[in-house]
Amino acid sequence: MVTNRKRVLQKIDDWRWLLPQDYKAGMRVPGLIFASEEMLDIVGEDQAIEQVANVAFLPGIVKYSMAMPDIHWGYGFPIGGVAAMRIADGVISPGGVGFDINCGTRVLRTNLTEEEVRPVIKTLMDQIFRDIPSGIGGHGQVRASLKEIDEVLINGARWALEQGYAWPEDIESIESGGAVPGADPDKVSKRAKERGAPQLGTLGSGNHFLEVQIIDEVFDPEAAAAMGITGPGQVLVFIHSGSRGLGHQTCQDYLDVMEEATERYDFRLPDKQLACAPIKSKEGQDYLAGMTAAANFAFCNRQLITHWTRQAFQRVMGRDARTDLGMFLVYDVAHNIAKIERHRLDTHEIEVCVHRKGATRAFPPGHPDVPARYQRIGQPVLVPGDMGRYSYICAGTQQAMAETWGSSCHGAGRVRSRGEAKRVLKGVDIAHRLQERGIYVRAQNRALLAEEASEAYKDVALVVDVLDHAGIARKVCRMRPIGVVKG
Amino acid sequence: MADLGGVQEREERSIEVEGRDAETLLVRWLSELLYYLDAQEMLFRRFQVEELTGTRLRARAFGERIDRDRHDLHFGVKAVTRHMLEIGREDGGYRAKVLFDI
Repeated sequence: MVTNRKRVLQKIDDWRWLLPQDYKAGMRVPGLIFASEEMLDIVGEDQAIEQVANVAFLPGIVKYSMAMPDIHWGYGFPIGGVAAMRIADGVISPGGVGFDINCGTRVLRTNLTEEEVRPVIKTLMDQIFRDIPSGIGGHGQVRASLKEIDEVLINGARWALEQGYAWPEDIESIESGGAVPGADPDKVSKRAKERGAPQLGTLGSGNHFLEVQIIDEVFDPEAAAAMGITGPGQVLVFIHSGSRGLGHQTCQDYLDVMEEATERYDFRLPDKQLACAPIKSKEGQDYLAGMTAAANFAFCNRQLITHWTRQAFQRVMGRDARTDLGMFLVYDVAHNIAKIERHRLDTHEIEVCVHRKGATRAFPPGHPDVPARYQRIGQPVLVPGDMGRYSYICAGTQQAMAETWGSSCHGAGRVRSRGEAKRVLKGVDIAHRLQERGIYVRAQNRALLAEEASEAYKDVALVVDVLDHAGIARKVCRMRPIGVVKG
Repeated sequence: MADLGGVQEREERSIEVEGRDAETLLVRWLSELLYYLDAQEMLFRRFQVEELTGTRLRARAFGERIDRDRHDLHFGVKAVTRHMLEIGREDGGYRAKVLFDI
């Protein structure tokens, strides 16, 4: 039985907890966990705190090994972990990104209201379920050759635009313009491309989803207006997907490389899954270039999904997706990625590699990487909850920039494993339960919905509240689902 | 990933992996199966090991391509992780524990 580790934490304030550097010999920096006191019981129960400590061993780590309130254990790095390493002497680690490179989310706004969509929600979700493959064994409508995949890896969502799957305005509404510089298709294996090519334009399975949601409450009207959000009753679409088999294979390929490199560079790490290499080494540069390429694949993937979503709405509502329904992209964020960024540290500027694993970038108002229309309010931060409750949109702040390398949480965070969730919900027809609450769900296998039910996740409202109170991310609005497609 | 009861042996693949130890072999073997799932939509129901040493595994895998109408499909698997990976002997056989990223 795992001892609850919350007692090793020192309270900084109601939302911040310090894991002292002397907790474990070998930690180069302390840990900093964002959580409420109530959440610490859950946080302390699994290996997550130990993992926060382990990440602090990594060479070149600056300031803190951080954890967002949605933290739970992962392999090596915790999910909800943020760690920045100096470029000069720091390491890059695939475990700090995750297998699903650039798993991320995006939100589309619409001019539709709940009254207009409710009568056709079943038809709409059925159409989406047909047009956008989810689960296993589905391949996308785009049959990209391996050569085209190389172009996708470099150009990301811009490739989708060139092929007619995007609106011009979409590009500026995606993190890094939908194509992070530095991608090298040669650093992605042929195997990875063969796995990913048939899956371009698919949702995936597990916790991936496409939801039709209704604005429930607006907390910041000015910020909401900048995002094209008018008020309660408005229909939005929330999409969650990643780099599919291409990213998964890329991570796998480099974990092997990094394991060998870790030994060669003689890094003493408490967990093999923190395998890493110096950012400036060949291994580090290769992984960075390959991971970036996989990230661009995911941006393209979410763009293609967006295209068919717009088509589905157009078909079912009988109205033009652009000129009538106004289905513009609010924003698209990655929540499994490592990026080279410039940040302020005390009085000077520093270039670091920021690992965000189950954590989202959250840049402040005025930052040059934030789109023009969000300059006053900050970068939109998309925070999905589980399919039975609600999701949030927040905005990045100066406090986040100063404290967390401009990072925020990414979602609700699991509290029960898939097995536990199934046991707890044995005999419960989740689809039926959701239906009774006005949520229509389509899934490849209804029996497995228990693993994704509310009981399996933290309450995302609590997660968002912590960061809102801590000044890291400002709440803008809350949405609740009325239609769900799950893999 | 799927209920094997509905999977037929219509095709076969020959799979070879190498690794420095049994754990690595297991991870690489399972990763190969994932490759065939994603790249060729293959589900395998039976395996015939032809060569197994401490560092090498060669086997034939029998199955068929996914048929969404016929097969009872579950979740996909993103990756095979090394987290809490264990292989041990039990009751004259082997027991392995592998964590998958789903």
